[in-house]
Parts: sequence; C-alpha cells; structure tokens
Amino acid sequence: MSVSQEAAPAPPLETDEDVLRVENIVKRFGSVVALDGTTLHLRRGEVLGLIGDNGAGKSTLIKIITGFHRPDGGRIVVEGRDVQLRSVPQARALGIETVYQDLALVDSLSVFHNMFLGKELRLAGSPLVANRSMKERARRYLEDMKVNVTSVDVEVGLLSGGQRQAIAIARAVYSNVKILLLDEPLAAMGAREAKQILDLIRRLKERREVSMIIISHTYAQIMDVCDRVDLLRRGRIVFDKRVEDTSLEELTELVVSEYRGGEEPPG
Amino acid sequence: MAEHVSTDRVAGPSALVRRLRTAGWFIARNREASTIVVAILLALYFYSTAPGFATSSNLVNISQEIARIGIVACGLALVLICAEIDLSVGQTFAFAPIIMWLAMSHGVPLIPAIVIGLAATAVVGFVNGFVTVYLRVHSFLTTLGMYFLINGLNVTITNGFPKDTPGPNIVTNGMGGSSYSEFIWLVALVVLLHLVLRRTRWGIHTLATGGNLTGAREAGVRTDVVKIGNFMACATLAGLTGILEAFRVGSIDPLAGSATVMFLGVSAAVIGGTSLLGGVGTMIGAFFGAGILTLLDNGFTLKGISAFTFDIILGIAILIAVALNVYIARFRTMRKPQ
Repeated sequence: MSVSQEAAPAPPLETDEDVLRVENIVKRFGSVVALDGTTLHLRRGEVLGLIGDNGAGKSTLIKIITGFHRPDGGRIVVEGRDVQLRSVPQARALGIETVYQDLALVDSLSVFHNMFLGKELRLAGSPLVANRSMKERARRYLEDMKVNVTSVDVEVGLLSGGQRQAIAIARAVYSNVKILLLDEPLAAMGAREAKQILDLIRRLKERREVSMIIISHTYAQIMDVCDRVDLLRRGRIVFDKRVEDTSLEELTELVVSEYRGGEEPPG
Repeated sequence: MAEHVSTDRVAGPSALVRRLRTAGWFIARNREASTIVVAILLALYFYSTAPGFATSSNLVNISQEIARIGIVACGLALVLICAEIDLSVGQTFAFAPIIMWLAMSHGVPLIPAIVIGLAATAVVGFVNGFVTVYLRVHSFLTTLGMYFLINGLNVTITNGFPKDTPGPNIVTNGMGGSSYSEFIWLVALVVLLHLVLRRTRWGIHTLATGGNLTGAREAGVRTDVVKIGNFMACATLAGLTGILEAFRVGSIDPLAGSATVMFLGVSAAVIGGTSLLGGVGTMIGAFFGAGILTLLDNGFTLKGISAFTFDIILGIAILIAVALNVYIARFRTMRKPQ
C-alpha cells in the first residue's frame, strides 16, 4: 500500500551503527492487527521521536521492544544480534528499559534508595547497606545530570511529578541502560516541569551513552529534543525524517491528514 | 535521618513561628515522633495522678505488658509494611510453647525444645506466606484460616489442659522468668529489627515491596521471597513472645492465644505509624505504640476505672491515634519541600 522510505534495506555500514533494528513486526490481538509489518531502526546515541494518533500502535510497539508482548512475526536485532524478547527482565538484561512515571518509584523510600533499589551497595564484610556512599553517588550523579532535588534523603513521595520522572530516567540510565523508551514522558506536566525533563533528555543525548525512543503527542517537544521522527499509522511506519528536514507544520499536517480521507503523506 | 529539616530562607515569619514550623515538620517527617510524644505525656499524666504508678512492682508489670504487645507488634509491622496482615499471631503465640512442651515430653532438652517451638512457628509463617503469595489468597483469609487451625492444634495437642513449664533455671529466667527479661528481649529486638529495616537490603526491599509491588519487582526485588520471609519473622516473633510469657507465668496454657493478642499488636503497630496499606512503618513506633496501649491499660486500672469503661476509653484512644496518623500522613504529602 504505502511505498515508504524504510522499505529499502539499510546499507551494511548503517546496520553496524544501529543499536536496535525492528523489522516487519506483526502483532495481532484477536482480529485486530495492531502492528502490520512495522520496521524502524535506532542508531547509537540517537533520540528518535515516535508519533502517531491514538491506536496507531505506538504503545504496542514499545511493549514488544521491552519484552512485555511477543510479536506474531518479524525480527528484532539488538546491537547486531537477533534476539527473542520473551520477558521484561530479559529485555532489561539486554539493556532495554521503559520508564513509566508512576510505576517505577517507591514513594516511601528516599531518592537515593530508589536510585539503588535492587542494586544496593553493601558495606564490605557486613550485612548493612552502605547508605553514605549510595547517598554520595546518587547526589553526585543527579548533580551531574542537573536533576534538581532538595536532598537525596527526601522521600520520593514528597517530590513533584517532574522530579519523580527525572529520577526514574536518571535511575534507568545510571543502571547502564542502552536503549531507553519513554512513553509520554511529559504527560500531565507543567511547562517548568516539562522543561526539566527535556533538559535532562538533552544532557543524556550529549553524553551519547544511551539511545532513546520517545513517544509524545507534543510535536514541538519532539522537534526540540529528537534527532529523527517516525510516524506510525495503522501499524506501519509511514514517515521517517531527520528533524532538520521537517517542520512542526508538516508533522501536524501529517497526523491531521488522516481525517481528510487518509491520503498518503508526502515524502 | 533528618539532617535536612527545612529551614525557611524566607525573611518573613518570626523566629518563633519558624521554630514551631520546624518542630512540626520534624514530627511530620519522623513518623515515630508523635507516638513518642503521646507516650511521654501519658506516662507523666499517670505518674502525677495514678496512685502506685511509679512503684517498682508496677514498673515491672508495665515492662512485661509492653514486651508482650511490643514484640508481636514488631512482627506484625513487618508484615503490614509488606501490605499484608497476619491474624494468626494470636494463636502462634500459644503454639510455640506447646510445641516446646511436646518436644520436652519426648525427652528433648530445654534449649533445643525452645528452638523446635520457634521453628514450628516459622513453618506456620512459611505456610501463611506461601499460600498468600503463590496461591494468591488474600492474607486476611489465609491467616484467618490459620488462626482457627492453630487454635485447634493447640487444644488437641494439650487435650485442653495447661501444662507446667520446667522449673526456674538460668534459661527460663532469661526467657521471661525474671522480672525484666522480657523487656530486655523487646529492646534488643526493636534495635535489631530497626537496623534490619533501615540498614539492610532486606529492610529496604520490605519497604519497597509494600510501597510499590510492581515497581519493586521491576527493579529486581524478589518480592515473593520478601513477603514469605516477613510472614516467617512475624510468626516466629509471636511464638517467641508466647514462650517468654509461658516462662513468666510458669504455665503453658492452650487458651493463652486470643484475637486480643493480635488486635493489640496491630493497634500498637498502627498507632506507631505503620500503614495498613503497606510501604510505611517503623519498629520504634511499634515499641511506643505498645507503650501507649500499656500505659492506658495500666494507668486507668490503677485509677480504679472499671474494665467496661476502660474498653470505651481504649477504643476511643485507638481511633484518635489512627486518625491522627492518617492526618499526619496527609500533612506530609501536602507539604512538598522545594
């Protein structure tokens, strides 16, 4: 149906650079086809914006990449190796992680205990945890990332949504995640909070340690922090451009055009 | 813990207001603090109004009752922090000394018999945890069933008759026989469990399991193991309390256990700031919660208030304490430090 850009196989050189390749992924829920041969790639250190209307399959795709759903067809290549993602822990072991704002953190624990949850440092030769060094490392890391919290001793439940999101992202990156998936990271956030998160994403991007896929409905923010934008429509990627080659107007037009008879997007 | 008590930089409010605000913030941040304040006020009140309150024999009474409620409360706090509950502690309390007696009647010496009694309660705790976690039965129901099961075992094993404990010796004296030994056990356990909860992976994982089950699991916490372990700890602590009480009284009573043992334990934990919703709780709070319940009981008895009236007062006191806790929790989350 659509003669889209990604149909042509990528040159070998580019494959080496790809930290993640998703090829011809199909996912059906009963008679509903959520993903219909979805293909996308993510380069090392790249930030990819994934847009599309509700029901286009964005969240399904993210859930397949994090091992939550298993695809009915297609292949996933992580750092050049074919992988079968069977579970969330398995995907995490490969360095793939999604950050959900409200699922990730434990409200009644301090910031630094949340940062080290499941990976607590222990005092040598003692069953006690090394609170002081965890505090120090968390503080230094959050300072580096310019994540603004009063103190790493504060319970996470007392922080704002933006701070919590920032800590959740920082924690994922701190634990050596290679591919970070952010599903609506700015949902229900005020302008100031959103700016904090965007600044954090930009800082992570500068470091080139982590590659990201960001799902968002706010195209201005996508244009702001992403390197490239993909549009998902009815389970297929129908648009793939670097942000400097497109514009806010074009993205808006693309998504809206679906309601005007669904003509194929340009380019 | 509270190094960073908020110091307002705004040059508006007077020094007094600021100090009051800091004190309020301190109390709100430290869940135990309000419980400690109330316990001290109650002690002062009864000290000045109740005849015979500060006599040495009454202090022994108080110490023993605090221990009886407090050790059970600490165990329950662990389970409550996991967002579960253990109703069966009322009967595991009586179960441990009975199993100990059973072992001794088969020729097992005292100390191994005590260990067998405690191990039996640990098994009870394991079953509670296993059924709750793996068969996905709500712990309220699991432990309700266990309550009746153990009650039946207690009566069956003893044929319904109380048994004598072995005569006083150094072991039984240390295990509840001498005046303050129960209280020493309580203090040692509170210190130990406080460290476990705040300074070990186990404790942090316990708080995380109750605070955010999915999130904790995602972060790699073995929440099933954590829950089962805490059910075991809770049952064992209840069993230990039962053994201490048996040696104190000098008799092993199949009917020593009751729902009251459990209700007082839950009340003490909750008054001390442990949330029934999980994720939140402290051992020091459970200790002072037990203190408040004991002081109310002891003080009003000394003042000659009838048992009927006492229950009314106790009920009101628990309601106020619990409501205060909810209010303070809300205050905490409203006040976001920037």
